[in-house]
Amino acid sequence: MNGANAICPALAIGLEIAHAPHGFSKDRPILAYTIRRLAILFLSLLIAAVVLFLLLRLLPGDPANALLGVGATEQQIAAARAQVGSDQPIWLQFLGFIGNLARFDLGTSFVSRASVLDEIGNRLSVTLPLTLLGFALALVIAIPLGVIAAVHSARWYGAAISVISQLGIAIPVFWVGILLVTLFAINLRLLPSGGFPLKGWANRGEAVTAMILPVITISLVMAASLLRYVRAATLDVLGSDYIRTARALGASFPEALIRHGLRNGAVPVVSILGIELASTFLGAVVIERVFSLPGLGSMLLLAIQQRDYPNVQGVLFVSTLLVLLIGFAADLLQRLIDPRLRERVATS
Amino acid sequence: MSLVSRRNLLVAALLASVAVSPAAFAQGFDADATIRIGSLYEPQNLDNTAGAGQGINEAFNGNVYEALFQLTDAGSVEPKLSADYTVSEDGLTYTFTLVDGVTFHSGEPLTSADVKYSIERVTAETSKSSRKKSLSTITSIETPDDKTVVITLSARSISLPYNLSYVWIVNDAAADITATEDGTGPYALEEWRRGSALALSRFDGYWGDAPSNGEVIYTYFTDATALNNALLTNAVDVITSVQSPDSLAQFSGNSAYTVTEGASTTKELLAYNDRVAPFDNVKVRKALARATDKAKLLNSIWGDYGTLIGSFVPPTDPWYVDLTGVDAYDVEGAKALLAEAGYPDGFEFTLDTPDYDPHPIVAQFLQAEYAKIGVTVNINVITANEWYTKIYQEKNFEATLQEHVNHRDIVFYGNPDFYWGYNNPEVVKLVADAEAAGSVDEQTAKLKEANEIIAEDAASNWLYLYPQIVVSAANVSGYPVNGLNSQFFAYDIEKAE
Repeated sequence: MNGANAICPALAIGLEIAHAPHGFSKDRPILAYTIRRLAILFLSLLIAAVVLFLLLRLLPGDPANALLGVGATEQQIAAARAQVGSDQPIWLQFLGFIGNLARFDLGTSFVSRASVLDEIGNRLSVTLPLTLLGFALALVIAIPLGVIAAVHSARWYGAAISVISQLGIAIPVFWVGILLVTLFAINLRLLPSGGFPLKGWANRGEAVTAMILPVITISLVMAASLLRYVRAATLDVLGSDYIRTARALGASFPEALIRHGLRNGAVPVVSILGIELASTFLGAVVIERVFSLPGLGSMLLLAIQQRDYPNVQGVLFVSTLLVLLIGFAADLLQRLIDPRLRERVATS
Repeated sequence: MSLVSRRNLLVAALLASVAVSPAAFAQGFDADATIRIGSLYEPQNLDNTAGAGQGINEAFNGNVYEALFQLTDAGSVEPKLSADYTVSEDGLTYTFTLVDGVTFHSGEPLTSADVKYSIERVTAETSKSSRKKSLSTITSIETPDDKTVVITLSARSISLPYNLSYVWIVNDAAADITATEDGTGPYALEEWRRGSALALSRFDGYWGDAPSNGEVIYTYFTDATALNNALLTNAVDVITSVQSPDSLAQFSGNSAYTVTEGASTTKELLAYNDRVAPFDNVKVRKALARATDKAKLLNSIWGDYGTLIGSFVPPTDPWYVDLTGVDAYDVEGAKALLAEAGYPDGFEFTLDTPDYDPHPIVAQFLQAEYAKIGVTVNINVITANEWYTKIYQEKNFEATLQEHVNHRDIVFYGNPDFYWGYNNPEVVKLVADAEAAGSVDEQTAKLKEANEIIAEDAASNWLYLYPQIVVSAANVSGYPVNGLNSQFFAYDIEKAE
C-alpha cells in the first residue's frame, strides 16, 4: 500500500492519521473546533428559544382557554389567566422564561400541571428508540443496496433498486404506515396496529412488538432517500483516480472499494445522515399519530392546540437541542473520517 | 328513526336471553375480566375542576368518584351517596343524610366534612368547573354530624340535586388530585400513563354492588382510524364514541361487533350574534333557518345516523318538545321573509368556523344553501382556542358554528350576556322562574315554554343532534349507550367467557 500512498497524497494522509496514535498535538485543532462549535450551538439554542417564545405569543388565543369551558364566568376566566400568567406583560413573561431556562427548569404544564421535563423524558422513551432504531434499520438497508445499485448500475437489478428507491421517496410516510397496518395488523394479525403498553418499557415484550411496525415504516421511507445518496457517493468514488490506482496496483475491486472507497464515500453521506436523522426525529410526529404512540410529537400537537406554552416551549427547546447536537455530531464525525477537513480546521 | 328500532331490538334480544336462561346469562361472563375501552378523549389531568376536559368524566364519573346524586345513562337523577334528603318548605334548606359504610379508596370513611369540602372545591374562586355558576345560590354548608349535610340557599333551586350530580365527593385529606385520586367509586386508579392509557382496578372495599369485571383500561388514541383499527385487531373491546360514519361500515353488518346508537346531547348549531345587525332581526334569523335543508346536511355528515332538532333541547332533557316543524325547510318562504326584513337582495356575513370536524364541512354546506337566497357567507376558519377568546369572551363575531355538548343547557338562552347575546326578557324570566319552581312538573312546564319561544324566535339555527355511537366486540355488553355528560360507566360491562 505504500506505493499507493505515494501516488495519492490525500489517501496517504488519511491512512497515516488513521493508523497514527492520537497524540494531543493532533487533537488540539479538533478541540478548538469543538469548543467553537459548542459556542455556536449554545448561541443558536438561545436564539431559537427567543424566537419560539415570541412566535408562540403571536398566535391568537390564550393558554387559559384550555382550562375553561363554555359556561365559565368572567371571574373564572380572570382566575385562569392569573394562574397561567397570561395576564402579565410579555416582557415579564419573557424574563421568567429565560430565568427558568438558565436553570434548565422547563416549568409545569398549564393544563396537566405535570413537570414538563419529566413528561418530555417520558415521551422521549418512545420517540428516541423509534427514531434511532428506524435510522439504524434504514442504514442497514440503504448502505448495501446503495452500493449494489452503484456498482451494478448497468445491470437490471441495479436499475431496479434505483427505481424502487425513487418510488419510496414519492410515497408519504403515513401512507406506508397505513399500508403496513392494513397488511400486518388487520389482515395477517401478526402485529398490533398501534398503541404503547401502559407500563411502557417495563413491559418489554409488548413495547418491542408495539415498535416493530412504526420502526419499519420509518426505516423504509428513510432508506429510500438514503439509498440515493449512498448510490451517488459510491458512483463518484467508483470513477475516482485512487480506486483506479489501487486496482492498477493489484487490489481486487471489493478490496479497493472497501479499503479506500467507503471512507471517501462516507464523507458526503455523513452530513446527509445528520440532516436525515434530524428530520426523522422531527417527522416522527406523523408516525406517532398513525400508530397512536405517546411520543414527543403527540405531546407537541396537543400542547399547540391548547396553547400550553410550557409544554410547547419545552418540547421545541429539547427538539432544537437534539437537532443541533445531531448536526454537531455529524460535523465532528466528518472531521474524524476526513483528514482534509481536520487540516482545514488546523489552518483556519 | 330506523336506528331507534335497532336499539330496541338489541334491548329485546338482551331481555330475551335473560328470559331464556337467567342462570347461564348470570354466569356467562368473566367476573375478573379486563375491559379495554378505546377513546379519543384523554383527560389532561385527573381533576374535573382543573380543566381536565371531557375525558375525565368518561373515565372517572361513577367509576372512581361518586356524587350525592347520579345522572343515569337514561337521563334521570338518582340518589347515590345521599341515602335520603328533605327540603324545607321555603325550598331554601336541603338536609342530606349520607349512605352508611362508605369508605374512600385510601380507607378513610366518608363523612359530611368530605361533602362540604367537595362542594366548596367546585365553588372555590380558583375552580374552573363549568358547574360553578349553577351552585352560586349556596350560601352555607353545615355539618351537624358525620352523616348529615345541611345546605342553605339564597334562592330556590329545583336543580340542586341535578347540579350536585356533577360534584365529585373527594376525601378532604386529599389536597391535590390532578395526578392521583381518592374517591368512593367501585374502581380505584391503578396506573396512568399520559398520552397512552389509564387503568382502573376493582376496589374491594366498595360499599355497593361489586362491578361485573375486574379491571378497566382506557386506551387513548389521537386518530379515529387508529382507534377503529384497535377494535378490528382486538386491541380494545369497545369504542366509546365513533366520530365518523364512514368507519361504521366495517362494523355494522359484521356479527363480531355490536353497534349501538344512543341519544347524545351534542348539538351542532349556527349561533348568530343576536346583538348585531342583521341578526338582531328575528325575520332574518327565521329566513336563514328556513333556507337550511337540515335533513340533507345531517345525511351528508352522518348518513342514516343522528337526529334533527327544532331547538336547543335534545330528547333526553325533560323539557323536550318536537319543534322540527317550526321554520321548516322552505326556500321561497325564506326569500319572502328576507324581503320583509328589508334585505330583498340578501346580505353578506362572516362565519367564524372552528377548524375541526364537522364545522368546516357544515360551513361550506351553509355557504351553498344561503347563496340560493342571495346571502353571501364568508368562511373564516379559526382554532378552538381562538374561538374561546374571540367569540366566547370578546363576543366579537357575526355568526359562528359550535357543538354544545352539555345536558340541560337551555338555561344559556336565559343569560343575555352569553356569547350569542339572545335577549328575550320573557325567556330570561321563564328560566329564572323554572329554577325557583316548587316542583319538577312546574320547572318542566316553564322550560318547555321557554323552549318553544326560542324556537319561534329562531334564536340560533339548531342544525342537528349528533348520534352517540358505541361499537364493541360482540362478547362485551352492559356499557352505557347514551353517554350523557360524556360519562361511561364501566361497572356493568360484562365480557363473555
